[in-house]
Amino acid sequence: MSLSVKHLLGIKELQPEDIETIFRTADNFKQVLQRPIKKVPTLRDTTIANIFFENSTRTRISFELAEKRLGADVVNFSASGSSVSKGETLIDTVNNILAMKVDMVVMRHSASGAPWFLANHIDASIVNAGDGINEHPTQALLDAYSIRERLGDVKGKRVAILGDIMHSRVALSNIFCLNKLGAEVTVAGPPTLIPKHIQDLGVRVEYNIKKALEWCDVANVLRIQLERQHKPLFSTLREYALYYGVNRDMLDSLQKNIVIMHPGPINRGVELNSDVADSKQSIILDQVENGVAIRMAVIYLLSGKGGEIAE
Amino acid sequence: MKTLLDHNQLNITLMRLAHQLIENHLDFKETAIVGIQPRGIWLSDRIATMVKQITGQRIDYGKMDITFYRDDVHQGAVIVPNETDIRFSVEGRKVVLIDDVLFTGRTIRSAMDALLDFGRAQDVELMVLIDRRFSRELPIQPDYVGLTVDTVNTQKVKVYWKEKDERDEVVLIDQ
Repeated sequence: MSLSVKHLLGIKELQPEDIETIFRTADNFKQVLQRPIKKVPTLRDTTIANIFFENSTRTRISFELAEKRLGADVVNFSASGSSVSKGETLIDTVNNILAMKVDMVVMRHSASGAPWFLANHIDASIVNAGDGINEHPTQALLDAYSIRERLGDVKGKRVAILGDIMHSRVALSNIFCLNKLGAEVTVAGPPTLIPKHIQDLGVRVEYNIKKALEWCDVANVLRIQLERQHKPLFSTLREYALYYGVNRDMLDSLQKNIVIMHPGPINRGVELNSDVADSKQSIILDQVENGVAIRMAVIYLLSGKGGEIAE
Repeated sequence: MKTLLDHNQLNITLMRLAHQLIENHLDFKETAIVGIQPRGIWLSDRIATMVKQITGQRIDYGKMDITFYRDDVHQGAVIVPNETDIRFSVEGRKVVLIDDVLFTGRTIRSAMDALLDFGRAQDVELMVLIDRRFSRELPIQPDYVGLTVDTVNTQKVKVYWKEKDERDEVVLIDQ
């Protein structure tokens, strides 16, 4: 196998060489995606189940597209309206899907650690498409890949992750990924949305968005995840936008052109203003495009069954 | 280990292959040369250079990786692909596929599959340096052959290129 892992559960388990291998493979898939026929027959004998216990649009579509472009057969499952609402357990749901001879499972779940639990119980390769507030590895990979594409390299670059760090699996996976690739990371946002002791992960903490922007080469702006806040952590969205939102005036006052990223969906006018999100500095749509190539690479690299290939 | 072609013999063989190609195509406007990654490109580099030198014509030359089109990906470890670099359309062109050793024919089958995804070529020819003629698993025959050798499946033919391996030589290895 080309990767040191059988599953992609989190960035934490990956070696820097694994990430480089994924990037190199994604380069080839990106080239495939620019051809008249954007499809290869590589996984024509593979069946992949996308099981989403939590709402998702772009990640699910991105995975589905990646799988179809690799020639795989795809089964989609979403928890709403399924037997899960009748009380079926996770392991039963997945075992039922696997009994239909599925080779790989792409799973999103609201419980942190759910993919690890599954990996201990089933044989198929598992790709974590986001577990609770823990990790979202393919998002982190496509973010780092997009930085590498825009700035030439990730090593030595200064990346600020702004906003709701507390509830963000994107933030955690990004921190692991960027650190492994040699970037410097600062997290910034309101004190109530930054977890205690996050410095132990090797990042700086900043509570002033302007200062974070002055420091960085890349600003990765995150969504305020109101659905995960069980009690209010800031007074109003208007106040949040005023003190922690990224807007044009703020960027114009900097002495440099920083790169703007956002994993989507954007709360326009809250964490990011439209005149920034749609500007030339923004690589948000590149992130979406690169997402398909990165997911193709991950699925392809996890699809091997060991052993040697004939020359 | 036995040497099948030494430096001089290899040069003469390459020169003959280039001349055969020119004899058949004459005008290279409609023709494109595509080397197959990873090892076929050393041969295609040399042939493309020679044809350019002899004819003085500009030639469309690309490199193609066929990893994603292999039929044995799921039987073994996956391999990290090489670069594909084809900056021209193959639609309606005469394409010459180039590889160093023709063995089972499966690589060439994959290459033809891959080529179809770049467009519908008018016709496709195959040039190989070494044809291991009794080892074929698919009905594929080359149009241009440097050297035909009779081998058994346990033997291996290895082509060394000066640009990569610091010497020009073709050897037959008994395993």
